[in-house]
Amino acid sequence: MSDAKTQIDETVKANDVVLFMKGNKTMPQCGFSSRVAGVLNYMGVEYNDVNVLADDAIRQGIKDYSDWPTIPQLYVKGEFVGGCDIITEMTLSGELDQLFEANGVAYDKDAAEKIREANG
Amino acid sequence: MTIRQDIIDKLGLGLSIEHLEVINESHKHNVPEGAESHFKVVIVSSAFEGKKLVARHRLLNGILAKTLSTHIHALALHTMTKEEWSISQEAPASPPCLGGGARR
Repeated sequence: MSDAKTQIDETVKANDVVLFMKGNKTMPQCGFSSRVAGVLNYMGVEYNDVNVLADDAIRQGIKDYSDWPTIPQLYVKGEFVGGCDIITEMTLSGELDQLFEANGVAYDKDAAEKIREANG
Repeated sequence: MTIRQDIIDKLGLGLSIEHLEVINESHKHNVPEGAESHFKVVIVSSAFEGKKLVARHRLLNGILAKTLSTHIHALALHTMTKEEWSISQEAPASPPCLGGGARR
């Protein structure tokens, strides 16, 4: 594995929830990244944010790592979950809640319900 | 040929399609006028039956791999089966641009 892939592999395995994004969780630099970070922030999920704009090797490496061509990318317990459209749909369908519950990730259920009510 | 037409043609060859919208959303972003960099695809196909979202997206990403790696900066995908489409005939709006990461 390349250095970038090793680094990515260690990051997603060492942290329960990791979001590879453009910018960071407090200052996203892309609307797609912002939406996913916004959902996680609002749901009170503890997660690691990795800014791919800070490192070109990671920016390309994360696309190769899961054979997924776009950013953001969300990982839970080392497993790739999806990008912005998938996380949006999973949030609205409640699948994201189930995924967090199945993996023992703490989140605010009321906040998740509020997102669904506002977008129902 | 436009990138939009290229996307339409490639999807049409790769899948049996019930409904397809390929929307160029580039004008909402920090790119030159007339650019074809940001797209939203709403697609209804029997190919998605029994497939989870990640698998559906992977299928489309595979069909569009070359165009994605060379021309497309952002691609929003909304994939539905005929049954799902009959329940809700709309796809969520794409998020607004925040201006970061532009390099073409």
